[in-house]
Amino acid sequence: MTTSHSDDKAQPFARRRFLGYVLAAPTLVTAAQLVPPSEARADIPSPEITELIDLNDVMTAAALPTSGLITVEVNPDGTVSFALPRTEVGQGITTSTAMLIAEELGIPLRRVHITLADARPELLFNQLTGGSNTTFSTYTPIRVAAAVARDRLLRAAARDWGVPVTELTLKAGVVGGPGNRSAGIGELSEKAAGVRAEQVSVRLKPRDMFTVIGKPHGRVDALDAVTGRKRFTMDLNVPDALPTMVCRPPTINGRVGSVANLPEVRAMSGVTDVVVIPTGVAVRATTFGRCIDAVRALRVTWRPGSAEGKSDASVLRELRAAELPLGLPPLTPSVEERFTFHFRSNSALEPNCAIADVRSGRAEVWSSLKAPIVAKEAIAARLGLPLGAVTVHVTEGGGSFGRKLFFDAALEAVEVSERIRKPVKLMWHRADDSRQGRTHPMATSRVRISYLGDTVLAYRQRHTSVATDLGHGLGEIFTALAARLPVGDIGFSETFFQLSQSMPYDFGVNSRLLSETDKGFNTGSMRNVYSPDVTCARELLVDRLAATMGKDPFRFRHDFLRDDRFRAVLDKAAEVGDWGRSMPAGTAQGIAFHSEYHSACAVLVEIDCRPETVGRPVRDGVAGPRVTRAVVAVDVGLPVNPRGLEAQMMGCLMDGIALTLTSSLHLEDGHFLEASWDNYFYTRQWNTPPELKVVVLPDSTGRPGGAGELGVAASMAAVACAYGRATGTMPTVFPVNHGTLSFEPKPTVPPVPASPVDGLDHVR
Amino acid sequence: MPEHTFRLNGEQVTVDVPDDERLLWVLRDVLGVTGPKYGCGINVCKACTSHLNGRAANPCAIPVKELRPSDEVTTIEGLPATVGAELHPMQEAWLDLDVAQCGYCQPGQIMAAVALVRRVGEEGRTITEADLDGIRNICRCGTYPRIRQAIRAGADRM
Repeated sequence: MTTSHSDDKAQPFARRRFLGYVLAAPTLVTAAQLVPPSEARADIPSPEITELIDLNDVMTAAALPTSGLITVEVNPDGTVSFALPRTEVGQGITTSTAMLIAEELGIPLRRVHITLADARPELLFNQLTGGSNTTFSTYTPIRVAAAVARDRLLRAAARDWGVPVTELTLKAGVVGGPGNRSAGIGELSEKAAGVRAEQVSVRLKPRDMFTVIGKPHGRVDALDAVTGRKRFTMDLNVPDALPTMVCRPPTINGRVGSVANLPEVRAMSGVTDVVVIPTGVAVRATTFGRCIDAVRALRVTWRPGSAEGKSDASVLRELRAAELPLGLPPLTPSVEERFTFHFRSNSALEPNCAIADVRSGRAEVWSSLKAPIVAKEAIAARLGLPLGAVTVHVTEGGGSFGRKLFFDAALEAVEVSERIRKPVKLMWHRADDSRQGRTHPMATSRVRISYLGDTVLAYRQRHTSVATDLGHGLGEIFTALAARLPVGDIGFSETFFQLSQSMPYDFGVNSRLLSETDKGFNTGSMRNVYSPDVTCARELLVDRLAATMGKDPFRFRHDFLRDDRFRAVLDKAAEVGDWGRSMPAGTAQGIAFHSEYHSACAVLVEIDCRPETVGRPVRDGVAGPRVTRAVVAVDVGLPVNPRGLEAQMMGCLMDGIALTLTSSLHLEDGHFLEASWDNYFYTRQWNTPPELKVVVLPDSTGRPGGAGELGVAASMAAVACAYGRATGTMPTVFPVNHGTLSFEPKPTVPPVPASPVDGLDHVR
Repeated sequence: MPEHTFRLNGEQVTVDVPDDERLLWVLRDVLGVTGPKYGCGINVCKACTSHLNGRAANPCAIPVKELRPSDEVTTIEGLPATVGAELHPMQEAWLDLDVAQCGYCQPGQIMAAVALVRRVGEEGRTITEADLDGIRNICRCGTYPRIRQAIRAGADRM
């Protein structure tokens, strides 16, 4: 027992006990066995599915049977190790996880070492990083494992010293007892170790005793990041894993027909291997520079791809044809609009990459993978190897935004290594990553809101999208839990859609449906998945409805929000952002709201759409309207690390600005035109709001909700609403600059541009 | 293969690579110096930003043959030594403001920031909003606001 007697007295109701394990090992190794059952219930009929069970509940429920296998190890040097079965890609989960352990175990944060677990198929679904679910699903089991360790260390010291355990404390990694006796957890670890696996029960530290959780902490990897010591996949030194790139087709998913000059390219300086794989022609060389030259030298005849001849206009026609009807016009007054959202890229700055070493009867892979079990299974199947013969190491990723749910580069690396029987370090060129990589699918969203007097009667939304590939593990989760989901017999995408979308306003009868078309594109769930587009469409029409009713956009939302938590977030954004202040013509405020992941977010922005701002000179970039000021108010329940949460909201805002104003892919004749960061206009410094305030609301629920993607939807919507109010015209096509091509497209053959040679002319 | 020699983080290095090999690959693939990152290979994303004789330069666009033996290349790994400390003041500012998220672009951001502050100082002025708007380094995590804060804080200490 870790609690002192006085603790129990202070609480009239005994705190709940949790079951954990001590495992047999030379030093102390503990494990968590139980996740508290999801409180979501699937047996109460309600129009709001997400009130009963949402995506986080599904993923957490899926994690239940196997969470016991996560282990905390107390090392003899007084440090604590934990292999997190999730993937750190910048969202700060190594830091928040270290905080949970430091809190429960009573040790300094710097002595907790978090690594990423290799793919562990025995964890079933409990190794998928997505849906902003990590903290939500691991908050209790990680603390339970740490609490078992704390308990065992105290008992070992009590036994040693012949004193009752209640007279001992564990602070800063040191057990203290009567007569100034003390022992570090490192020296106690061996004595506290288990000789056989044993189940024990513990109580967790009560929230009012927290000294780490809920306090702002800098990232545990910050020093490595600023010194260049942080290792990403391409920084690993795997012996003989030479740089490898793939010469890719000029159209999406084109196939290799024939290669005219294989011997010539094989003979190029530094080139060791050239081999045809399903996605193109792979070259392995002494440096990536040699790879780029070899890729450019290849003369390949290509066969058609999966989107041959298609363009933005033709896909829009497909979408319009696939749209579900909104139904007959209502007899009451209504507002209605159709919105179009163009293809967007979820490329991270670190391109798709992986290291693979395939030998006879075994394979070893290194890559930043958010669904490593699915990757491992796919790799084993592709190689015809038993699962146990494939080792998949999960590396920290240089961003994900949905991209690392897939393992396209890992599969390719395996294909190449298998064929040439040598290790490879495979990387996609930026042009590949942009043109052949995963995209957020193009979509339309039709919304109709009917009302009478001051009452909103009904809300209907019909979202029609190019098919989203969810084939990275979520599909398996839904299949396994299908019988428990209150959504009936619908497909994966529709299930995901229904579980992630909800109606925060008291808008009467409401329905949202998804229909999909065209599986010819490499799509994926980009940060916040369907929510940015769906929410942006809704919030714009809320603004129109408010205007039609003669109400202020903030006041209207305030009055119609269904939940006090929601209202508090909206009110905070309005208060801090000084909603309603006088603004010059051509500039305006916008405000929007979104709830998901058991969390809520409101964003207020000010935008400057005056011609002198829109037309300000920017070399090789898009200036456009400038968001000059932003306030993000967020309630995630219990914020584990407010500083990390602020960082996530900052990133979400930058994504939202890009989605509304500048970033899209242009599809033309079966390929995307964008091949560079100066073609695909993600937010840059010149688009960044000079003033930003993130307000984290105090703990409202006692447990953490999801946060990593939460702010994108409200940010995108707020910028769109502000743009509409500043220009007097509600935007209906996103991003607003999509109609203007702001760059000269690079050729598709060869598929990658040559590296420049004029770098010395640009030293500054 | 031709021999090329230059100074890297305070030491003379010599490599046997083709004339046109870009410095980025000499650093990463030949010398194992992985602080400078690949993000585009065409001098757009600036993730590889390092210093050439104290000024911001992008190794992805510099053929190694263009370096003279006396040219001093400084990567993020060599930045602290330029001020004779464990960390450069700009790195300290980065830590204080907890700027990094995934961290992939941050070596390049810091090297660009240090060069910017030096340049602005040589011009006898202080950092302006326009200077910050002019930074081209991509951060796909969107850490831009903290980068702006950190550059101002780092400049005060340089």
